[in-house]
Formats: sequence, structure tokens, C-alpha cells
Amino acid sequence: MSNTSSDTTGDESLITTEVETGSTQRTPARTAVAARDLNVYYGDEQAIDDVTIEIPEKRVTALIGPSGCGKSTFLRCINRMNDMIEVCRVEGDVEFGGKNVYDDDVDPVALRRKIGMVFQKPNPFPKSIRDNVAYGLKIQGYDGDVDERVEESLKAAALYEEVKDQLDSSGLDLSGGQQQRLCIARAIAPDPEVVLMDEPTSALDPVAASKIEDLIDDLAEQYTVIIVTHNMQQAARISDRTAVFLTGGRLVEYDDTPKIFEDPEEQRVEDYITGKFG
Amino acid sequence: MTDSTESPDLQRRNGLRRLKEGTYGGLFAACAAITLLTTVAIFVTLLSDAVVFFQEIPISEFLTGTSWSPNPSGGGQAFGVVPLLIGTIVVTITAAFVSLPTGTLTAIYLSEYATSNARSILKPLLEILAGIPTVVYGYFALVYVTPALEATLFPEIGTFNALSASIMVGIMTIPMVSSISEDAMSAVPDELRQAGYGLGATKFEVSTGIVVPASISGIASSYILAVSRAIGETMIVVVAMGAQARMPAVREAAFGVPFINPADVLLESGMTITVAMVQIAGGDLTGGTIPYDSMFALGLALFAVTLVMNVISDIIAERYREEY
Repeated sequence: MSNTSSDTTGDESLITTEVETGSTQRTPARTAVAARDLNVYYGDEQAIDDVTIEIPEKRVTALIGPSGCGKSTFLRCINRMNDMIEVCRVEGDVEFGGKNVYDDDVDPVALRRKIGMVFQKPNPFPKSIRDNVAYGLKIQGYDGDVDERVEESLKAAALYEEVKDQLDSSGLDLSGGQQQRLCIARAIAPDPEVVLMDEPTSALDPVAASKIEDLIDDLAEQYTVIIVTHNMQQAARISDRTAVFLTGGRLVEYDDTPKIFEDPEEQRVEDYITGKFG
Repeated sequence: MTDSTESPDLQRRNGLRRLKEGTYGGLFAACAAITLLTTVAIFVTLLSDAVVFFQEIPISEFLTGTSWSPNPSGGGQAFGVVPLLIGTIVVTITAAFVSLPTGTLTAIYLSEYATSNARSILKPLLEILAGIPTVVYGYFALVYVTPALEATLFPEIGTFNALSASIMVGIMTIPMVSSISEDAMSAVPDELRQAGYGLGATKFEVSTGIVVPASISGIASSYILAVSRAIGETMIVVVAMGAQARMPAVREAAFGVPFINPADVLLESGMTITVAMVQIAGGDLTGGTIPYDSMFALGLALFAVTLVMNVISDIIAERYREEY
């Protein structure tokens, strides 16, 4: 690793985060997701270069960096969405709950049921709002009260009040911001442990984006949130930890968010954050 | 004189360019008009000649008569469309049982499961199937399918029979279903698949629960096309099904509902509406006779069957449509 701070244990540094972000009730977190010596290639091209990182449970961790730096690729390694790209090759470990998800005995379908995902472009199914949220429950054979879980999920995604009278109308009739919150409700309905977000607000207007940001803050009470963002202010506002990827898929610095934005160790990170490049 | 002070040249061009634009527009409109006019002309011809026919033979007799023998020689003439209609419907439904499931599953395979390499080989191959002349399918049914059926499942099958003809009509229409359905499935945005996979759906769940519902209107149009093609198919049926307008035995099911055992139709020779028309047109009948006019009544009946099928498919597609 090129910096020392990423090697410090999550626990120590998170105590400071609590003070600085004002969230008082948080206990030091266990590691939810970790990568060790992760290298990812698309054909001959290296997208991730030897990344080692530990991501704490029930915190918001932001992955930032310029386009093509590998942050989305990293995100998609965690729930093995990269499996679907024929030329993609992964070396090294990605651990989820202490288990390497690239082990031969891991079923990516089972893995993805534990790790929800929200995409850049809101992508509700062309089905009713209810069926959208219930989809994950349905395929996972949820044996509780589906309607109740749909309602809970929509409430958790701060959408219920807006759509409670139109649960049977199409998810596509909603506005972009509502669609994205619907996608968040859909992702959390099966009660995953981790929620991955790949630039969830980049296709939204500022008002809709700020609603999603508020929501992400609430989600971290219950879920580990890992968010890729292009928007550095957003990372500064909502995340507890920030990982900076720079060109070539290298993780350059990983630390508490205030530290990254106020006093980064690496000159390159400071240049990136202050807008000198990227 | 400098360019920068000169106002931009916005002068409307007269002459050649406008003339060309006008000519193009006219040309395209003329082509569209030809299609429209042909359709209208066919419909008018069918209707006017059918009216002549119905002046000789009452429409009720045509629609309910159970015997079809248009030739005046030997025995009485009869113009009952029922046996032809039964032949047509049985062939169409049986062919649909072959082509719709096979075509749809093929489309799902091509769109969701096949690697890009496999797809690039299989798709053109399937489209070759669509290019085989139908008379070849007809002989194939007669020379290979019927003996195979006789040797295995149905020893009592006739040399000319509706079953082998129907199977071949079905096979002939598979590429229509698979090709158009595959186009519709491939057009489903990848984000929807990603959303499904991200929730832990299997490939099968994504294919059947997300891709197929989202492309249902395209799949339905492929069905309409395949079924309409099966209704109108003539050559395979002429060659493999024989040309005997037979009225199958009408049995009585529960509550006195009349019922025809499909096996009575499938294993025997029979005649469809199209074959009856070919027979009349191929005979040495002169214009103005009743058999000649009956051709147009048959055409009208065929047109009505196709129209009803299209309307039904439209209603079904509308019901399950998921717009993305």
C-alpha cells in the first residue's frame, strides 16, 4: 500500500469519526467487507491494482476518484456482478463476513441476496410499485407478510407517503428521484447486510439527490453502505470513511472522511480533492 | 469586403433543390399508396365476387354446410365451409403448439443464455430455415415425417395426414417467432437485467420474470405473424395433407356439447381453406361459375379468421404489456 493510514485498524479511526460527525451512539464497527491484494483485469487491461481495504459495518464508505479509476469495478467485485463480463478476471480475495466471495463454493446468486445494489440510472422494473419492491422477496421465497415488508421498505426509503395510494401503478410513472428511492426500497426489502450504490444520484436533480443523501444517512443505522460517487461534496457530506482511487485502479488513500478532505497524507489526493486534476 | 460583416446567407433556395425534395416526398408517398391501394383492391374484389356467390348459395348454407364438393361432375355440388374451417383451425393450432413454445424458448436462449459467438452462428442458421421453399417442407413431411410417425407413435396414420403437415408448418414458422421475439428481448434495457441479478435472481428468473414480461408485445407480434402465416400456408398442406374435404365425426361430449376428436382430423387427410382455393384455381373452371365465385367467399372467410386471430392476440398482448 502506498499510504500508512489505510493500514490502521478500522476501530481506532472510527472513534474519531463519531466525534467529528456528531453521531454519538455508534460503537466501533466490525469489518463487513474486505479486499486483500485484489487485482482485476478486463482482458489485458488492469482495472484494479493490488487493492487492500477493510470496510466497516454499518457505516457509509465512499469510493471517490476520477473516471476510469476502478471504483465502480471495485464495487461490482463485492457482489460479483463482474462475473457477467466475459473478459473480466479477478485475482485476490474479497471477503464478506470473513468468507472469500471468490471461493469455488460460493454461489454468486446467494451472495447477491445478502448484498443489495442501487445503480446509477434508476432502473425500476416495468411492473407495479408493489411488485418492484416485492421482487426480491418473491425470488428469495420470503415467508413473511409480503405487503407488510413492502410497506416497511418503502417507509425506510422515505417513499411510502408519496406512493401509498398508488402501489398498483407502474414504477415507471414516478419521477426520477422517486424511481431511485423505489430502487433503494427494492434493494433493502430482502434485508441485505450491505447496500452497494453506484453513483446513485448522478442522474438526478439536486433536490432529488439531497433526499437520497438524507436517506443514505438513515440507511447506515441498519446497513453497511458502500457508495461510489463522482461528487466530492457528496462524499464529504454523507460518508464516514472515504477511499480515494486514482488512475490505474490504485487505492491511494483510505481514511476517515474529515481527514481525507481536510488533511490528506498524499499530495495527489489533495490535488484531486482541490480540483487540480480529475 | 470582409466575411465578418456580411449577414449570413439565409436565402431560400428555389429550383432544383426544392424540386428534388418534392420528388422524394412524392415517391415515398406513392410507394405507401401502392400498398394501401392493393390491400383495398383485394378486399373489394373479395367482397364483390363473394356477394355474387352468396346470391347463388345462401350465406347460412356456406357457413354451416358440412360438405365441400365444388365440382359439378359426379354427385351433387355442395359448398359447406365447415370441414375446410376445421382443417384450417386444426392445422393452425397444431402448428402453433410446435412453433410458439419452441420459437419462444429459442429466443430466450439466444437473447439471454447464448454467448455472443453461439448467437452469431445460430441466428443466421435459423434464418436459413425461413428461406427454405415451402414445397420442400411439404415433401419432407410426406417422405420423412409421416413414415416416422407411422413407425413410432401412430401406426394407423394415413399417407396423407394433417399431423405431419401441421408439424412442418410449425417448424417453418419457428424462425419467425424466434427471430422477432429475440429482437424484442434483446431490446430490453440491460439495466433491468442488472437490477434482477443484483437482487440475487438466477438467469432463469431474470429471463422469465423480467425480460419476457418486458418484451411481451414484441413476442405477441411474432405469434400473430407466425399464426397468420400458418393459416395462410398452402404448399406444405397441399403436398402432405392430401386434398380431401372430409367432415370428421362430430361426437357428443358432456351436456350435449358437440365435440370433434382432434385425432380424427390429425391422422387423416383433409383440406384447408387455402387448399380448396388452390384446387379451384388450378382446375379448368371458367369465370362466372359458382365454383369460381366460391373462391372469393373462401378468401373472405380466411380473411375473417386471420382478422379474429389478430384482434385476440392484440387484446392478450395489451393485457400483459409492461412498457419500459
